[in-house]
Amino acid sequence: MSIKYLTGVAITAALLSTSVQAKTEIEWWHAMGGVLGNKVNEIVTDFNNSQTEYEIKPVYKGSYGETMTSAIASFRAKQHPVIVQVFEVGTATMMGAKQVIYPVYELMKNTKEPFEASNYLPAVTSYYTTNEGKIVSLPFNSSTPILYYNKDMFKKAGIKSAPKTWEEMKDVSLKLLASGAECGFSTTWQSWIQIENFGARNNIALSTNSNGFAGLDTEFTFNSAPFTKHIERLAAWSKSGIFKYGGRQSTGMPLFYTQRCAMTMGSSASLSSIQESMPDIDIGVAELPYDDSLTSKPQNTIIGGASLWVLRGHESEDYKGVAKFFTYLSSAKVQANWHQFTGYLPITQAAYDLTRKQGFYHKNPSTETAVLQMTATEPTENSKGIRFGNFLQTRDIINQELEAVWSGEKSAQSALDDAVRLGNQQLRRFERTH
Amino acid sequence: MSSPVTFNNKYLPFALIAPQILITLVFFILPAGQAIFQSFRLEDAFGLSSEFVGLENFINLYNDSYYLDTFITTLQFSISVAFLALISALILSAFAEHIIRGATFYRTFLIWPYAVAPVVAGSLWLFLFDPTIGVVTDILHWVGISWNPTLNGAHAMWMVIITSTWKQISYNFLFFLAALQSVPKSLLEAAAIDGSGPIKRFMSISFPLISPTSFFLLVINFVYAFFDTFAVIHAMTQGGPSNSTSTLVYKVYHDGFIGLDIGSSAAQSVILMILVALLTVFQFKYVEKKVAY
Repeated sequence: MSIKYLTGVAITAALLSTSVQAKTEIEWWHAMGGVLGNKVNEIVTDFNNSQTEYEIKPVYKGSYGETMTSAIASFRAKQHPVIVQVFEVGTATMMGAKQVIYPVYELMKNTKEPFEASNYLPAVTSYYTTNEGKIVSLPFNSSTPILYYNKDMFKKAGIKSAPKTWEEMKDVSLKLLASGAECGFSTTWQSWIQIENFGARNNIALSTNSNGFAGLDTEFTFNSAPFTKHIERLAAWSKSGIFKYGGRQSTGMPLFYTQRCAMTMGSSASLSSIQESMPDIDIGVAELPYDDSLTSKPQNTIIGGASLWVLRGHESEDYKGVAKFFTYLSSAKVQANWHQFTGYLPITQAAYDLTRKQGFYHKNPSTETAVLQMTATEPTENSKGIRFGNFLQTRDIINQELEAVWSGEKSAQSALDDAVRLGNQQLRRFERTH
Repeated sequence: MSSPVTFNNKYLPFALIAPQILITLVFFILPAGQAIFQSFRLEDAFGLSSEFVGLENFINLYNDSYYLDTFITTLQFSISVAFLALISALILSAFAEHIIRGATFYRTFLIWPYAVAPVVAGSLWLFLFDPTIGVVTDILHWVGISWNPTLNGAHAMWMVIITSTWKQISYNFLFFLAALQSVPKSLLEAAAIDGSGPIKRFMSISFPLISPTSFFLLVINFVYAFFDTFAVIHAMTQGGPSNSTSTLVYKVYHDGFIGLDIGSSAAQSVILMILVALLTVFQFKYVEKKVAY
């Protein structure tokens, strides 16, 4: 074997490897750990194998908060990824940073990728849409609050069907208490469910400026009579055991798992983990209750979860890859699979139709409840979502004020007044920097 | 007697202290300077727009009644953690010193918690204290206490104090044990011959002799309670219920890293810096006088 031959082999190998490396690498930072993270990797691998030009590299960055903080820090250091997953409360911050983000509608147009906003479910995309109807970030994992109930405990109390209104929540809870239950219902994510979604479901505004969509000079109004009445009612019920507070976020779930509370309100994406935690119990799923003194026709609820944002400052080749990937991600097949596997909402009508055609809802009727709740009505100004600057802090302000109500330190009115006052300070700070 | 070694190069001393100066500059002075600079500014999360606002961040904090409550919370928390951790470690080490059989075994177990990361410690204790499924909750229920740290601020406070103390005991234990072992045996034996019991011997001989260690640990424990406990609070209560466990450093972390309000967070760090400087000066000026080296 001559040296020349070996050199030839080496050069050919080097050439081949460079042509393999010519695949454009696109980094995607996300916050999906565990089983969800594996699913993300699976989707990405399928996409990478489906074509030869682009390679998406998913990187798990920790919790939602950590992912967003690292993305911001990396942007300041000019080391940012092309795609980042940001949770829904970060939407206003991302949207406000106009030099940072590359709006999805613009990206799709510039890369000549077919993109039809009307294919997407309005109740899902409206959260991430400008007032002019332009989609700025791609919804990825969206959920919405629903009511979970313990059918076994319902049967014991002689209750036939799940409550639809808040009035019925009380009647049903009293029957449950009489049958030996320790509490009627609990809730997770109190600000999201008992304030933000209470407003959406009953079609009342949380603030001026169409819940912050129309401008930055928004003022909170969630200390108005309907909200105060609702919080007052919950406070009174927490004394008699109808309602029991179990902690921030979803730390109150054990109240439902251990069958102390017969009902809880939680994210629609929690269904599989609830079924896993309570294997021998028949779990029912119903739509989020509404207040029939406020509306006779309940609205869709607001989503939670996260969406994918594209960041500026990369090569145009990268963005072509992102556009291709987003099309792939939105395809009915991928979406239907993601929806069925995770319990997150499908983002397109086609994915929903496909899931129905596959007979998935026949076997899993509970999964459809959230979709029906979201699609039954056309979203209104009060139910299409919220867009508040520094809302992360405001959610914590709401948490702390509501806790003061549950523990009896404050009245509903003064707590909500304080939350609105402190929340408005956050809005003003945000307004000044944008 | 050997003659003292002298170096004639006048730059050598500077070269020798340069690494230390450099480390101090890069890791202490620079970040502190950055914090002071940021505390006078209002900036969006991405740093795209930034304006000088003078003392506004500080004035906002002064007008925020919740922030003022945080001072009281921090003092309650830090004093409780520092004293509980010191006293329990002292008692444990005094006993461990006396044990002959299985001493290594006990010591190893007592040192273990130090290796547990704060967030993990927080999650572990959160399980024990969970109002629905916690073991401690069941025991307290037996005694007649209806334990609910998700709603009762005092309960939540005890929960984070106990967890933070538990983490720090190992560290204190190590130092106390080493200090107690260095107490001259002859003194203790002489006292024993004179007829004083173990408690008396501890109080009048061992304890005064280990005072330098105790003082060192006091400073370290306060610094620990002030700065290193936010991970525990973050994992357990996130400052709740309704602000009752929100300490100064937790709020700095929360407003800066979660809320992305860098201006306010920086202003709070500056206040914290001043506070700790004052505390350390106080400790060295007044408490150290009682220490015999």
